[in-house]
Amino acid sequence: MVRIKRIQEDKIDVIVINGEIDASSSIELDLTIAKSVGEGFKKILVDCTSLEYISSAGLGVFMSYIEEFKDSGIGMVLFGMKDKVENTFSILGLAELLHISIDKQEAKKLVDELSV
Amino acid sequence: MAHFLQWFSILKTKAITRLAFLAAIVAWLVLIFSDVAILLSDINRLQPDIPKWLPRIMLDIYVVGLYYYYKFKIDRDETLNFTDLLWKVFASGLITTVFSLSIRFLMFLLGSTKLTSNVLFSDIVYQLNVALLINFLIATYTSWKRLIQYQKSKWLLRAWALFETILLFLLLYESFGGIFNSNVSVAAILAVGLLIVILSANMKWVAYLNFKQKLTSLLLLALTLFYLGYFFYTVSTQSELIGSRSFAFLNFGKFIFNWSLTGFVMVYSVFSFLVILFNLPTSSVFEQKLEEVVNFQRISQSTQTEQNEESVYKILLESSVNSVFADAAWLEIKDSKDNERIFTSRMTEEEAHDIRDHLTRNNIKGVLDQSPDKTKNLSKHLSTLKGARFHSLVSFPIVVKDQTIGMLALLKELPEGFNKEMTRIVSTFTNQAGISIENFRLMEEAFQHERYKEELKIAKKVQKSLLPEKLEKDADFDMVAFSQSADEVGGDYYDTIRINDHLVALIVADVSGKGTTAAFHMSQMKGIFHSLAQQNLDPKEFMIRANQALVFCLERGSFISATYFVLNTQTKTIRYARAGHCPVLYYHSNGNFSEYIKDKGTALGMVRGKEYCNFIESYELPYEHGDIMVLYTDGITEAKNNKGEEYGYERLQQTLDEVASKSPKEIQEHVIQQLYEYSGSDQINDDYTTMIVRFN
Repeated sequence: MVRIKRIQEDKIDVIVINGEIDASSSIELDLTIAKSVGEGFKKILVDCTSLEYISSAGLGVFMSYIEEFKDSGIGMVLFGMKDKVENTFSILGLAELLHISIDKQEAKKLVDELSV
Repeated sequence: MAHFLQWFSILKTKAITRLAFLAAIVAWLVLIFSDVAILLSDINRLQPDIPKWLPRIMLDIYVVGLYYYYKFKIDRDETLNFTDLLWKVFASGLITTVFSLSIRFLMFLLGSTKLTSNVLFSDIVYQLNVALLINFLIATYTSWKRLIQYQKSKWLLRAWALFETILLFLLLYESFGGIFNSNVSVAAILAVGLLIVILSANMKWVAYLNFKQKLTSLLLLALTLFYLGYFFYTVSTQSELIGSRSFAFLNFGKFIFNWSLTGFVMVYSVFSFLVILFNLPTSSVFEQKLEEVVNFQRISQSTQTEQNEESVYKILLESSVNSVFADAAWLEIKDSKDNERIFTSRMTEEEAHDIRDHLTRNNIKGVLDQSPDKTKNLSKHLSTLKGARFHSLVSFPIVVKDQTIGMLALLKELPEGFNKEMTRIVSTFTNQAGISIENFRLMEEAFQHERYKEELKIAKKVQKSLLPEKLEKDADFDMVAFSQSADEVGGDYYDTIRINDHLVALIVADVSGKGTTAAFHMSQMKGIFHSLAQQNLDPKEFMIRANQALVFCLERGSFISATYFVLNTQTKTIRYARAGHCPVLYYHSNGNFSEYIKDKGTALGMVRGKEYCNFIESYELPYEHGDIMVLYTDGITEAKNNKGEEYGYERLQQTLDEVASKSPKEIQEHVIQQLYEYSGSDQINDDYTTMIVRFN
C-alpha cells in the first residue's frame, strides 16, 4: 500500500511517498509524476522519507523519466531515502542516473541548479 | 423393481375403482329389487319376506361405492385443473339429466296408461332418478372437495374431516332406522349448515382463473345449478306422488344425510358462482399480476437458459411492454464491448431516434443521461414534439455494477398513462435484467480468465525451456543452479556457454516485472547471450552491445539487471561486468571469509543512448581452490518472513559461511532450506534463482 501526496512550495512540486511501491502502486507513482509534468512544473522533489520499499517496477518509473526530463529541462531530485531503499537504487546503477540528496534543503538547492 | 411397484399400484387403483363401481351397481340393483318387493307386499297388505332395512343398507353401499369410485376417479387425478373439474361435474350432470329426461320422454310417449300410473313403476322411476341424483351429487361433492382443499391448512383439513365424519354418521345412523327427535335433528342440521358455510368460504382457486376460464366456469356452474334444480323438482314431485299411495315407500327426502349433501353441493355452487361473478371485473388485474411474476421469472432465469445478453434485452423489452400495456418501447444499451445498441418494440428505430434527438435538443436529462439514478417521467417534454403519437414517456436506467449501461423507455399514446404501480413493476424488471446482464458479463470474464490461465501455462512451459537443462562442466569448477518462479511465468534467467577450451561464459539476469512480458524479455536476453558470448567479447563490451540490442525491445520503464562472467581456467581469473544486478557473494577460502563485491554498473535498458559505456565497467578477480561464488536474484534477499522483514544480504552471507566447506549442491540445498524456513513457506512471492560455483 502506498499513499502519494503532492505539496506545492513556491514553484516546486513536492511528491511525498508514504509506504511501499510495488508493481501495482508504481502505476500511481507514474500518474502522479505525469500529472506534475502536465501541470508545467519544472522543479520536482520526491520525498522518500517514508518510502519503505521500492520494487523494480517502481524504479522503472523513475528511470522512464530520466531522458524526458533531461530534454525538457525539468529537474527532479529524490531526497531522504532510507539506507535500504538507497541500496536498491545504487545496486541497479540508478543512483548515478538520478539526482539523490540527503535532505530537503539540499534537494531544493540541487533542483534550482538543475532546472534552468 | 420401482417400476414394477408403480405399475402394480396403478393396477391396484384401477381394480379398486372398478370394484367400487361394481359394488355400487350391484347394491343399487339389490336395492331396487328389494324395495319393489317391499312395496309390493305393502300394497297387497302382506308381511314382506325381505327385511325392511335391506334397501337402506344397499343405499349406503351404493353411496360409499360411488364415493370411492369418484375419489379415485377425480380426487386422485393430478392432471385435472379447475376448469377440468367443473367440466367433469358438468358432464356427469349432463349425462344424468339426459338419462332422466329420456325416462320422462318415454313416460310421455306411453301416455297415461295403466303402467305409468302404477305405483311400482313410479317407484322404479323414482329410484332411478334418486340414483342418478346421488351419483351426480357425489361426483360434484368430490370435485368441490378438491377445489376447497386447493390450498390446504391444518384447520381446513380438520373441518373437512369433521364434515365427512358427520355425513357418514348421518348416513349410517339413519339407514339403521335411527330417528332423531326434533331437537337433535335441528342441532345436526345447524352443525352441518355451519360447516358447509365455513368450508364454502374456501374459494382461493377462483383467483387463479383467467378471464376466459372464469366465463367458462360461470356457465358450467349455472348449468350445474340447473341440473340440481331439475332433479330436486323431479324427485320431490315423484316422492309426493308415491308417498301418498304407500307408507312403505322409501322416501329419501326424509334423510338429513341427503339434505346435507345436496345443501353442500348447492351452497358451494352458488358461492362459487357469485365469487367468480364478482371477481370478473378484477380478473384482469390478477392476470396481470400473474403475468408479471412469470415475466420476472423469465428475466431472472435467462442467465441459465438463454444464450446471450441480447435475449435478456429482448425479454426485458417484451415483458415490460406487456406488463404495463405500453404502446411502444425502446431499449438502448451499451453491450459488453461498449457498442451502443438500440432495440425497439412496436415502433421504428427512427421514431425512437426522433424522440431522443428532441429530448437532447431541449437539453433534457434522463434519456441515456450518465446518472439517471431513478426512473423519470418525461411525458411533459413530449408535448413539445410536433406530430408525436405518444403522450406519455417514462424511462428506467439499467444498472450493472453501479454503472448505468442503458435505458429503457416506455411510451403510451394516452397522456399520463403510467401510474406508480407500473413504474414500480418495470423498475423491478430492469433491476433483475441488470443482475442477469452482470451475471452474463461475469461469466464471460470467467471464460476469458480461464483462457488467460491456459495461455500462461503455455508461456510457463516456454519459459522453463529457456533455462538450460545442463550447465557447462569443467575440471576447474563445479556448478549448480536453481530457479523457481512465483507467478505462472517468471523473469529470472541464468545460462552458461563454453567459449573455447579455457573460457566459459556465465550469466544471471532478472527482468523487471513479471508475467508473460517478463518471459518474452527473458527469451530476448537468452538470444543476446547466445549470440554475443560466442564472439568472445570482454564483459563490458558484451553489456554495451546487449544494452544496444535491448533498447529496441524493452518498453518504457522496463529494464534487465544482469551480471556476465567469463571464467578463464588458464589464468584462473574471473572477468565480469555487473549491470545493476545483485552483487556477487564471494567466499575466499584463503582467509576463510565472504564478501559482496559491489562495483559500478547500471542495469540494461536504463540508459538508452551511446553513453551507456560510461555506466558499465569490467572487473577482474583471481580465484583460488575452494573459493565459492554465489550468484542470485533479488527474490532471495527480498524474501520476507511473517513479520515483513526481508531475508537480506547478511543472512545470506551467514548461511554461506556455515556451509562453505561443502559441495555446491549441498550449499544450494542449505541456502534454499534456510530461505524456506525464514519465510515460513515454500511459496515466496517473487522469482528466485541461485547459481553456485565452487572452484577446484
